Amino acid sequence: MSFSERIYLPSILKGLAITFKHIFKKRETIFYPEQERPVSENWRGLHSLKRDEKGRERCTACGLCALACPAEAITMVAAERKKGEEGLYREEKYAAVYEINMLRCIFCGLCEEACPKEAIYLDGPIVEADYLRKDFIFGKDKLVEAPLKS
Amino acid sequence: MEYAFVLEKLILVTVIFLITLGIAAYSTLAERKIAGFIQGRVGPHRAGPWGMFQPLADGGKMFFKEEIIPAESNRFLFIAGPSLALLTASIGSAVIPWGRALTIGGRTIELQVTDINVGLLYIFGVVSLGVYGIMIGGWASNNKYSLMGAIRAASQNISYEIAMGLSIIALLMVTGTLSLKGIAAQQDGFWADGWFTWNVFKQPLSFLIFIVCAFAECNRTPFDLPESENELVAGYHTEYSGFKLGAFLFAEYINMFVSSAVMSTLYFGGYNFPFMHDLGLSENVVAILGVLALFAKIFFFIFFFMWIRWTIPRFRYDQLMNLGWKTLIPLAIANIVITGIWMTVKDLI
Repeated sequence: MSFSERIYLPSILKGLAITFKHIFKKRETIFYPEQERPVSENWRGLHSLKRDEKGRERCTACGLCALACPAEAITMVAAERKKGEEGLYREEKYAAVYEINMLRCIFCGLCEEACPKEAIYLDGPIVEADYLRKDFIFGKDKLVEAPLKS
Repeated sequence: MEYAFVLEKLILVTVIFLITLGIAAYSTLAERKIAGFIQGRVGPHRAGPWGMFQPLADGGKMFFKEEIIPAESNRFLFIAGPSLALLTASIGSAVIPWGRALTIGGRTIELQVTDINVGLLYIFGVVSLGVYGIMIGGWASNNKYSLMGAIRAASQNISYEIAMGLSIIALLMVTGTLSLKGIAAQQDGFWADGWFTWNVFKQPLSFLIFIVCAFAECNRTPFDLPESENELVAGYHTEYSGFKLGAFLFAEYINMFVSSAVMSTLYFGGYNFPFMHDLGLSENVVAILGVLALFAKIFFFIFFFMWIRWTIPRFRYDQLMNLGWKTLIPLAIANIVITGIWMTVKDLI
């Protein structure tokens, strides 16, 4: 090493100049809850259970999504459609209980691919933080799309 | 008359103590802000505007945390360690001249708690006592990792104190006094007799050695081996929690403030600022502006401490010892010799 390298001071000054310049550079911070970063088109977030064009739930509780799920995050209980419920469910069978454990889910999107009825899509926002494990099991109240406005 | 004197000193001590604590508390915020700025972030900004209440939140958190005293530790020493660290850090500011004398109603008020004629030695004594706080804390924890951390810290501080003391000797040869008030008064204004009055221009090498040693004494990066937050997991204060840990960390920031004040006073003219006598202002206004100038210098040095921290990586332990013993001490001795020769030659011409 040359003398100037051995006394370190020139390189320390150079380093100080670089860090000083960074003080005035643009901040990269995104103020998260108020401001969200843009996501790409194939972004996978919170699941939503879709309705068809008449506002009926598309899911028929076939269980293919639960079978496809590598994290075993999905559970469901099927039920038969009663008379008079034709406006609520599209097929004769529907999911009475449909739960996804968000702590198990890895957001791979395989449920979306497995679904023959185009009933589930991962098109929601980031799943929010919470305090208790039980609050991460999302039921139909959180997953099903809002009903159509008539 | 005597009561007025006591009252005057009491007010001065209280004000300086509060300022010291306030600056130390807000240094923690400044450190995080500057770290953020240098890394392209914004730093804390949720607690109040620009994170102004962050130090209060941090302090409150320290109070409410569980305090653990290890079962087999020495209880008295375990509490004495952080107390001593905080105490020795705070009393260093007693001899620093904060400004020129104020004259109010025919009464001269010195803006210095006490002007002892060995002020500089006093500071050195107090700073070296700071090692005891660390050493006692590490020993009392009854944990071999804490003890190892404390030994590392102690050997580092002792090594760099030697170089620091030697670098000061060259300065003393120029100033001829140990009184900090005298040293500050000698650096009057900015320019006199064809050369700068500030000691940094008379003793640049001494200043360089002093500032490097000050970094090592304050356990600041690149000499933060005693703590090494990321790999040692906090060295000597591994066993500490709650407010006793807070006292150790707080003492570091007070040390930083005091050593910034010492550096400003010794090398950067203290309360003196350029053209202080040419502005045609009254003595009291000049004195108050001088206090502001001193604090501006102190803030610059505190910023410099943080700036360095986010620029330079940590030394390895052998590099640290090599730098201290094989580079800084010989350099300081050479500086003494050169200063001596220069002074003799200057007298001869």
